[in-house]
Amino acid sequence: MHVAEHGSVMNVTVQRGSADTPTRTETFDVPAYDNQTVLDVVSWIQQNADPTLTYRFACRVGMCGSCAMMVNGVPRWTCRTHVSKVLDGNKINIAPLRNLPVIKDLAADMDPFFDKWVAAEGKHHPTRTREEEIAPVDPQAEERQAASAGIECINCSICYSACDTVTGNPDYLGPAALQRAWTLYNDAKDADRDAILDAVSGKGGCHNCHSMGSCTAYCPNELDPLSAIAGLKRATTRRFFGRRG
Amino acid sequence: MKVARAHPLWLAYILHRVSGIALALFLPLHFWVLSLALTDAARLDSFLTLTEMPLVKLAEFGLVFLLAVHLFGGLRLLAMEWLPWTAPQKTWAAAAVAGSLFVSGTFFLQAI
Repeated sequence: MHVAEHGSVMNVTVQRGSADTPTRTETFDVPAYDNQTVLDVVSWIQQNADPTLTYRFACRVGMCGSCAMMVNGVPRWTCRTHVSKVLDGNKINIAPLRNLPVIKDLAADMDPFFDKWVAAEGKHHPTRTREEEIAPVDPQAEERQAASAGIECINCSICYSACDTVTGNPDYLGPAALQRAWTLYNDAKDADRDAILDAVSGKGGCHNCHSMGSCTAYCPNELDPLSAIAGLKRATTRRFFGRRG
Repeated sequence: MKVARAHPLWLAYILHRVSGIALALFLPLHFWVLSLALTDAARLDSFLTLTEMPLVKLAEFGLVFLLAVHLFGGLRLLAMEWLPWTAPQKTWAAAAVAGSLFVSGTFFLQAI
């Protein structure tokens, strides 16, 4: 691990440009500090070198999922990535998230990502009305455990940017949306599992997945969309052969 | 920007794909050579003398490697997609396959 020396300067390459202007890279010399995150570096550039640099962040503590960018070719939460962990010599390369349109500079357009979340039927289908008693849920039940394994997703789109299948097939729903569908499929309170399986077994559905595993490898919350998608493949196959289990 | 992909699952994926393509290119040639046993035995014999060359022996090693890696890549995929195992179970399964391969491979080496 390389820790930047006090008073040293990093060489930071940043992708610039928007849908209307050609993409280019610009390089900045950024002073190195102790305990500096990649988000600190981007903020330093915007505050001290070029106020026109566009990027997105909110919470700074890895809860909101809005600051994800490509750092040296790897999609990461920039707020939770220490410079010392990713510094390549004294260089860092920062670009907007892959597989999404760019709004400007480092801000990716998340619309396709959220549209697919909806297309994968990632919404609750209630079994009861609000007038009825709340149904008890057994936290130890096998299905509940499968659902609980995937519900900590904060929609940062890192898995979506890591996935080469998304790159190759713009219709593919992607790991986050499919994992969301899998958690709902395993939710005892969800009333329409057939609708979920219909949504995930179409043209851009779970069967497009080539099991490359980049989603699971790069998820900052250590979730496992790869296994969730495998679960959907099993569920759709069981349904095809007329069984539900 | 160069995209980083060097993690075990992605490497397993690409090895499986590349070995599949290589085998698909090799097998027609392989069957054609085998067919010479029926159509032109003399030509087959002269071809088979090539297998004495060290380079060809090395290539044969590569072929067996491609077959093995494609076979186990396929078993890996089948297990991953059809068996909802936990990570420790998968580790034990891999260890069991590796162990049994080692034992049967040693037996095979003794036998030939």
